[in-house]
Amino acid sequence: MMDTKQPFEQVVARHGATVLRVCRAVLGPHTDAEDAWSETFLAALRAWPDLPADANVEAWLVTIAHRKAIDVTRRRERHAVPVERLPEEQSTLGLPDESATGIWAAVGQLPVKQRQAVAYHYLGGLPYREVAAILGGSTDAARRAAADGIRSLRARWDRAATVNTGSRLDRSVRLRGTPGRNPS
Amino acid sequence: MNTLDSHDATPELVQALHDATDTSDPARMTELHRRLEAEASRDGLLDVAYTTIDTPVGPLLLAATDKGLVRVAYAREDHDLVLQALSERVSPRVLRAPKRLDPAAREVDEYFAGRRTAFDLPLDHALSSGFRLTVQQHLSEIAYGHTASYGEVARLVGNPKAVRAVGSACATNPLPVVVPCHRVLRSDGSLGGYIGGPDAKTTLLGLERAA
Repeated sequence: MMDTKQPFEQVVARHGATVLRVCRAVLGPHTDAEDAWSETFLAALRAWPDLPADANVEAWLVTIAHRKAIDVTRRRERHAVPVERLPEEQSTLGLPDESATGIWAAVGQLPVKQRQAVAYHYLGGLPYREVAAILGGSTDAARRAAADGIRSLRARWDRAATVNTGSRLDRSVRLRGTPGRNPS
Repeated sequence: MNTLDSHDATPELVQALHDATDTSDPARMTELHRRLEAEASRDGLLDVAYTTIDTPVGPLLLAATDKGLVRVAYAREDHDLVLQALSERVSPRVLRAPKRLDPAAREVDEYFAGRRTAFDLPLDHALSSGFRLTVQQHLSEIAYGHTASYGEVARLVGNPKAVRAVGSACATNPLPVVVPCHRVLRSDGSLGGYIGGPDAKTTLLGLERAA
């Protein structure tokens, strides 16, 4: 065997926090996100020996997390009252409860694709090419979905921010996935 | 970069998303990791579990497969390199999972406390083969508190001329402390080499003499 794959523990250590962010952004800040995280890493552990050594591990993990988030949502909806809803309507993923404020209130109102595109690009750090591979469609469509998502988040969140403390303005930006870091 | 205004509020917004999805709580990540360990074990995916324990000879890495203890490593061997080697030689499904190592950790603790003179643990010899494995399997016949020379061990395994090969079998013992290569000395009684360094060898021999 020529395989020089790193121990899986390093994958958890390096990418665990990022994947949890992505799961939370897509599902909301509650236990559904942790369920999706656990299922993602369990599936990743199972498949790890067969992943090509030159694969983009983070994109691979976010792809798994994308599917697991959908599984978690479907499972939950099976236990809920069924509602007619078109896929491109307001997100059915991790709708915040009515008490959600600030950024979560805004995130909860995004269409699913925009919410996913924002999460995978801005929190997962994936270039739009990878985001497109996960969501289907073109790279341009992925870029547009993220831009639209950011625009409506900004509109809604700025309104919500009037009830916030405003301390966010003082925070330095030290992020991965900010525009320009991952040209696609 | 795109359709956003020149007065771009995106960094602030992304910062707010980061704050809202904050993962800096170590207790949450620890809890999620524990859950992964348990579910991996349940599903038979925990090919190599490991932990590190503190001992009088420094931190020791303990690693086990489902067959048994497969590796004990001193810090001077570089635990990251040891884990990389396990990933390549046993399986890349390597996870920090202390629970599987509880029995081994307990016996090693008892040994260093002077309350245990023999290990009673299932061992996985996957990292050794051939003559080295034969030698390593015979090392436990050297009783606690006793020593043997490399030549005596060569005779013990029925190959009296293989003194140098016995030396390299001891030097490459993947299970030091538990498989007692530290009890093998040069024929003149001097210490000889040791995977954990001469100080560790002296400490183990001193511990066994005192007990």
